[in-house]
Amino acid sequence: MNYHWNWKIFWQLTPEGTGTYLHTLLVGLMWTLATALAAWIIALVLGAIVGVIRTTPSKWAARLGNGYVELFRNIPLLVQMFLWYFVFPEFLPKAMGDAIKQMPPPWASFVPAVLCLGTFTAARVAEQVRAGIQALPRGQQMAGTALGLTLPQTYRYVLLPVAFRIILPPLTSEFLNIIKNSSVALTIGVIELTAAARAMQEFSFQVFEAFTAATIIYVVVNVGVVFAMRWLEKRVAVPGFIGPAVQGGGH
Amino acid sequence: MFGPFDFGVIIHNLPYLFKVGMTFTLTLTALAIVLGVFFGTLLAMMRLSSFKALSLFATGYINLMRSVPLVLVIFWFYFLVPYIGAWIIGASQPVQVGAFMSSVITFSMFEAAYYAEIMRAGIQSVPRGQVWAGYALGLNYWQTMAKIVLPQAFRNMLPILLTQTIIMFQDTSLVYVLSVTDFLGAASKIAERDGRFVEMYVFAALVYFVVCIAGSFLVRRLQRRIAIVR
Repeated sequence: MNYHWNWKIFWQLTPEGTGTYLHTLLVGLMWTLATALAAWIIALVLGAIVGVIRTTPSKWAARLGNGYVELFRNIPLLVQMFLWYFVFPEFLPKAMGDAIKQMPPPWASFVPAVLCLGTFTAARVAEQVRAGIQALPRGQQMAGTALGLTLPQTYRYVLLPVAFRIILPPLTSEFLNIIKNSSVALTIGVIELTAAARAMQEFSFQVFEAFTAATIIYVVVNVGVVFAMRWLEKRVAVPGFIGPAVQGGGH
Repeated sequence: MFGPFDFGVIIHNLPYLFKVGMTFTLTLTALAIVLGVFFGTLLAMMRLSSFKALSLFATGYINLMRSVPLVLVIFWFYFLVPYIGAWIIGASQPVQVGAFMSSVITFSMFEAAYYAEIMRAGIQSVPRGQVWAGYALGLNYWQTMAKIVLPQAFRNMLPILLTQTIIMFQDTSLVYVLSVTDFLGAASKIAERDGRFVEMYVFAALVYFVVCIAGSFLVRRLQRRIAIVR
């Protein structure tokens, strides 16, 4: 093996003259986190709504929710990314579609990436929310009704507070997934962490230093999230209500 | 691109899409399943091993693979495999392996980490008494594993293994970042050549959707059948 290692490369300036290579990677990390966090807000809100309507007594609402989950789970994320980037603006009114396409970079790729990751992850969050609600004893909902609460009130004050606590561990892994999946956004031009490492590799020819640094940053972010969520789990735990963890799969 | 949609472009390019693109995707998926399950099972056995070093290595590998994005892993292997190849055969220059070999190795090694966790749960779902019974019959570790534990573990885990395989079938589309002509790569090349983004990507989405929905339907049926037998 005659690979020329050069770990000092991180402190060298990039040819673009915007700073050191380390700076490039950290800006990439910032975009990774920005994409993931913005998409996570969409995923949580939309996922909670879809998850809840799948458990309501209304047949057609449940069917609509199931349809949403099946649709977004059975198309590859990359294809969805292209659909949001290339196809979605074509189906909007012409002025609106053009406005989206003509946004200055990086927004023209950031916005579709966030919408894509958000709606994609919402399907997975919805699956967890449904599982969390269905893991509760049936008596909980009946008790809510017996107390004279309306259906929305039952969800708001009885079912959801416990369900969300039960599904915190799988939600943690979904959050880790959304950070990892944000790397797919590089295909439509978001310069997030993986793209930044790739750019660094192309300019400096130091392939393995660039990818090692990106790998370490991903691992550190992962560990950070896991510890933060463990702390949150302890903070919000209700004694006697630590339900069985619903397993999340895939990536 | 702005004109009315032209779905003829799909019909004209069907042979290219399926003969070149889908063949690549399916071959890659099939090879990655076989190698991924093989290495995944080995990793699971290592992780459950009583040798500390083995189990530490397997745990480290699985956690590392599970905490980095697949896209980054694809890039890693694309650049690393030529050097590993050179190291194995003692060549002084990195070996050219090509995008296909590189994708097969990437997906096998990446999915192995996910299959390993599934197989670990599968192995642990087999009661300990089965292992002891094997040893009591005079079988050694490998015989007990091959004849008693693994067949049951596979059977218990089959639905989850297949679900993971459907996810992997979708994930193979990410070889797009190596400019490989898999199914999506083929669709995207035509889309760019003819400026027919809407038609090609909607069609690609539809094909993936139909395949995956059919797959998950079959998995659900299998799950029910297994549940009754057990």
